[in-house]
Amino acid sequence: MRITEHPILTFERGKELNFTFNGQPMKGFEGETIAAALHAAGVKVLAKSPELHRPRGFYCAIGNCASCQMVVDGEPNVRTCITLLREGMRVETQDGKGKIE
Amino acid sequence: MREVELLIIGSGPAGLCAAISAASSGAKVLVLERSFRPGGQLIKQTHMFFGSESQYASHRGVDIAGILLKKVEEFGDRIEIMLNATAVGFYEDNVVTVLKGEKEYFKIKAKSVICATGAYEKSLAFPNNDLPGIYGAGAVQTLMNVYGVRPGNRVLMVGAGNIGVIVSYQLMQAGIEVVAVLDAAPRIGAYLVHASKLARMGVPILTSHTVKEAIGTDCLEAAIVCEVDDRFRPIPGTEKRYDVDVMCISVGLSPLNELLAMRGVEMKYVAQLSGYVPMRTENCETCIPGIFVAGDASGIEEASSAMAEGYLAGLCAAAKLGHVPADFEQRREAYLKQLNDLRSGPVGDRIRAGMKISQL
Repeated sequence: MRITEHPILTFERGKELNFTFNGQPMKGFEGETIAAALHAAGVKVLAKSPELHRPRGFYCAIGNCASCQMVVDGEPNVRTCITLLREGMRVETQDGKGKIE
Repeated sequence: MREVELLIIGSGPAGLCAAISAASSGAKVLVLERSFRPGGQLIKQTHMFFGSESQYASHRGVDIAGILLKKVEEFGDRIEIMLNATAVGFYEDNVVTVLKGEKEYFKIKAKSVICATGAYEKSLAFPNNDLPGIYGAGAVQTLMNVYGVRPGNRVLMVGAGNIGVIVSYQLMQAGIEVVAVLDAAPRIGAYLVHASKLARMGVPILTSHTVKEAIGTDCLEAAIVCEVDDRFRPIPGTEKRYDVDVMCISVGLSPLNELLAMRGVEMKYVAQLSGYVPMRTENCETCIPGIFVAGDASGIEEASSAMAEGYLAGLCAAAKLGHVPADFEQRREAYLKQLNDLRSGPVGDRIRAGMKISQL
């Protein structure tokens, strides 16, 4: 899902990072958001809605709409579209509003 | 509690220009930015801007962000940009509460505040509009132009305004198929130069069309579109199915300015400016002295006007704080003239009408 050739832009990706998504090992790059890394790996469903548990992906990508909130390193409601990926992050689908551990 | 002279909320085109303008008059400025990088939505704009030289016309948005940030650096001792910092509250006595990262929460008290918080993308109501794969057109632009990630393989673009057609073209530059662009309006809203580029690439632009429903279980699999009549009612029997894994919603932006409403600034719904906007003077000052607004937060326009408004608001906010440059009046008039020019002609009719209604 990554763009390799582009007429205007060159994408200089940072260091490769390891993280997990629902326990599965994944790879992304330094300098990209959690949502971008997941999307590049083909993961579009990031959360389930609070009432009807419908699948949720990102929508605005500017940290405004709350559609991309996930559980990151045990913490719920992290806006993954504006949060940078870090080495060793544990990223999990959030079902509903999330709980404080 | 930290005290600052001038607090600017947002580091997009309006916020950065406000900071440069105020600092060049001598004010000390703190800029809050909720993202981890400054520049707002300029950083994903790979097309060249129109307008005049004073708004960096014929530069790409992404390069303009670089130019502005370099200017900010020249005032390094007077401008601080705080990243990952979301302003979440705005109280009397100009106290702003800030959430920095996921853990730090603190207050900042400012003598003067410029709200340059920008806008957000509107959504569109149809069955299953919440399926993953249905994104704001600007969000897709961020994903592909900033991170180099494909949103999917086949895209339906909803909205033939400037953002819709520009993002469609950029999707094709990234090697992604755009099956069609549709718009409920009977004519294309985008500038002809942008729409023609798309038409030359063979992408159908369907006017008087809307989305009837989205289909998919976990993610978007298809979209049903139909024609609408002159009162935007779906015409039965005109349904078409597009098998797409991405739908971009580009039906306009709304000003993002809840902070001003929370502070008690007088707001008004102005359709021409795309939503609730603060009432303000010619100098971008709201009904509360020392509180200013600039850019899309004051009404949806373009990045060029956001920059001119930013320069004007920064100049006037600094002057109110006692930093009055010798050429204050010339500069003020120059920015007002730039705004006038940008809003001239038939394209600016709506904006000019909106400005009149929202003027204090």
